Amino acid sequence: MKADPAGVLTGTHFLDGDQACCEGALAAGCRFAAGYPITPSTEIVERFAQRAPQVGGMFIQMEDELAASIAIQGAVWAGAKAFTVTSGPGFSLMMEHIGFAAMTETPCVVVDVQRGGPSTGLPTLPGQGDIMQARWGSHGDYEIIALVPSSPQECFELTLDAFNLAERYRVPALVLMDECVGHMTEKVVIPPAQEIEIVPRRYTARPPADYQPFEPGPDGVPEMVRAGDGYRIHVTGMTHDQRGYPEVSAEAQQRLVERLVAKIRGHAERIARVEETWTQDADIIVVAYGITARVALRGVEMARERGVAAGLLRPVVVWPFPEKRVRELAARARAFVVVEMNYGQVALEVERVVAGRAPTVLVPHAGGTVHPPEEILAAILAQAPAREVAR
Amino acid sequence: MTARTDAVAANPVEAFLRSDRMPHIWCPGCGIGTTVNCFARALLQAKLNLDRVVVVSGIGCTGRVAGYLELDSFHTTHGRAIPFATGLKLANPELTVVVYSGDGDLVGIGGNHFIHAARRNVDLKVICVNNFTYGMTGGQVAPTTPLGALSTTTPYGCFEQPFNLPQLAESSGAVYVARWTSYHVRQLTHAFGEALRKKGFSFIEILSPCPTLYERRNRLGDGLEMMKYFKEQSLVRHGAPTKELGLTFQGPIAVGKFVDRERPTFLETLNQQLARTLEAQYAGCAGEHVRD
Amino acid sequence: MDAEPTAPPGAGQPVEKTRRVRGVVYINGLRCKGCGFCIAFCPPKVLEFSSEFNPLGYHPPHLVRPEGCTGCDLCGLYCPDFAIYAVMIKNEPEDTRPPAPPAEGAPP
Repeated sequence: MKADPAGVLTGTHFLDGDQACCEGALAAGCRFAAGYPITPSTEIVERFAQRAPQVGGMFIQMEDELAASIAIQGAVWAGAKAFTVTSGPGFSLMMEHIGFAAMTETPCVVVDVQRGGPSTGLPTLPGQGDIMQARWGSHGDYEIIALVPSSPQECFELTLDAFNLAERYRVPALVLMDECVGHMTEKVVIPPAQEIEIVPRRYTARPPADYQPFEPGPDGVPEMVRAGDGYRIHVTGMTHDQRGYPEVSAEAQQRLVERLVAKIRGHAERIARVEETWTQDADIIVVAYGITARVALRGVEMARERGVAAGLLRPVVVWPFPEKRVRELAARARAFVVVEMNYGQVALEVERVVAGRAPTVLVPHAGGTVHPPEEILAAILAQAPAREVAR
Repeated sequence: MTARTDAVAANPVEAFLRSDRMPHIWCPGCGIGTTVNCFARALLQAKLNLDRVVVVSGIGCTGRVAGYLELDSFHTTHGRAIPFATGLKLANPELTVVVYSGDGDLVGIGGNHFIHAARRNVDLKVICVNNFTYGMTGGQVAPTTPLGALSTTTPYGCFEQPFNLPQLAESSGAVYVARWTSYHVRQLTHAFGEALRKKGFSFIEILSPCPTLYERRNRLGDGLEMMKYFKEQSLVRHGAPTKELGLTFQGPIAVGKFVDRERPTFLETLNQQLARTLEAQYAGCAGEHVRD
Repeated sequence: MDAEPTAPPGAGQPVEKTRRVRGVVYINGLRCKGCGFCIAFCPPKVLEFSSEFNPLGYHPPHLVRPEGCTGCDLCGLYCPDFAIYAVMIKNEPEDTRPPAPPAEGAPP
């Protein structure tokens, strides 16, 4: 299905990442947003509040992030595509509802424009400390999808993709921006609506008598209905059976959690996405994402200028983690250098997947500003063969 | 004769229940089932298109109501039934959205959402079964526990002032405010009907027995004893100023309809404002185009 | 099939001809949890606890004075377990209460 032209601002624009993210949501068909003001994400919903009424949508500013993150799910069950946006402290408050969306298989999008943490931290300055929280922040076992844009253009594209992935797999899809990407203004090209592919909601064609709301399809994903369609469904955050009725038993828990996990893990390689620069002949694989990938690329360039075969692996989708590609590279790489604006989150994943075949070195940063490229260069050079560095 | 027997052979509320889930989990003498019974009868009388009636609950004993009603029903997270319901209603204004939950859920953990939805006058029918305690978790002190009452977390008696819920609802902006008890079945059924017809944030508080966790701890007997207390100590005071409606431990109870007023709903003010400001650029009534 | 209401105990007993029977009560003994609301709040007081146990271990009500039932259905409104209700009989000659559906789960 193609995008509804009403929401697509086709053309070449000069937008910051927050604005581009909003345009991505509108292009995806999102017509309902709920949010609570928090720096540095607020500009996304400010723009949505301005644009939505002109394209048949609406924004509601809720009383807190708990409300915003569940109001969107109510809207989804009424038939809307919906998202909320936030940053660090608000993201923490939304965790329970990411779990609720995972449990009830409610397709929705949550954008987190990361700032320095913990707690109030650095409201106006960047961080990348929410990567693991995005993956594990709600209690219990579940899977989500998370995309990490590193430019305003990608803020548009990946927000759009997040809506499509959320619908395809009926999961919460997260867009993990950072303050730099959110507030950086660049050229953003928005294609014509007919060139934008939209994944529609997977509504059932079955009549109510043969429909069970949580009966998995062949890919593990159940078909959906809307409230008001006459199916008289029950949806609960409790462990439930295929009818949606609560069932408090180890067997029901096993069946449900196994499916919620498998529907993503079973498609992980289709969902995972990386961008690679000079990795083909690289001895040293630098792993970086978001704004940090752009700084890391400079570090890699400087290493190349010194004759060190370094390359950049940038996860575009960070969850599910691109295990297959990292494993392939681990077979021949001399070392992995993970550069991130936190004290080691994606580095843990890289280390797990590399599994001792090469050293994994972390170049941490507490946030507030980006890494100096020289620091990245130094970390690369420290892993390079002595003869290369000498040259 | 046989035909007539068949016609009456089904309990009139049965059509509103998920019969395959009965018997329900509520204790003997719990009043929640009585309120559901009255609600089902109100639906029967309201002659609404039941495909468009949605029930949203939070967590707790009353939070289980959604799961027993044969309607589109959502059992959400603790305290968040109202914001979920807000999203539902705004994205599809044709739905009649009922929030059915307990005192701890709606005005304890969910208190912030309660006051803001009332302030906005979102068109929700909010039903609060108030049993003075957190039942599902074992009888802890609630924002509604009367002063002096025992609970597992106030073992020497409650020392917190409870909410006066009708006053809270009125001052926050609710357009319909009533209080009944699970003893007042006919009046309650009537009140449900009024709330179902009323446009805007409607609130019904229902005092209800919790024999297992509130009465037993406070040596008040069983559910029936509490029902008798409701019968004996309730005084109908329609239109009474809500500031006079505070409750005390086993004291007198004012019941009745206290507020029934008109205020524009959230969607009405939103649409009016946008239409006025954006004029031709306004793409239409918010909520009508939000669905895909 | 506990959804099926069951016969009131006492159904089929001879009815006093001089008293017009105005209501009939249906009791689902399988669902009853014995709270006693229906018994306590029945205006003509036609119900009492049965001495028998139902499968849940409670004593459901039974109709002890069928001729007194007005079919007001307050029992039905009060019942928290959806286990009882009453129906008013309109324009019926005396002693022709509808035959009750087959008993299920009701105390014998």
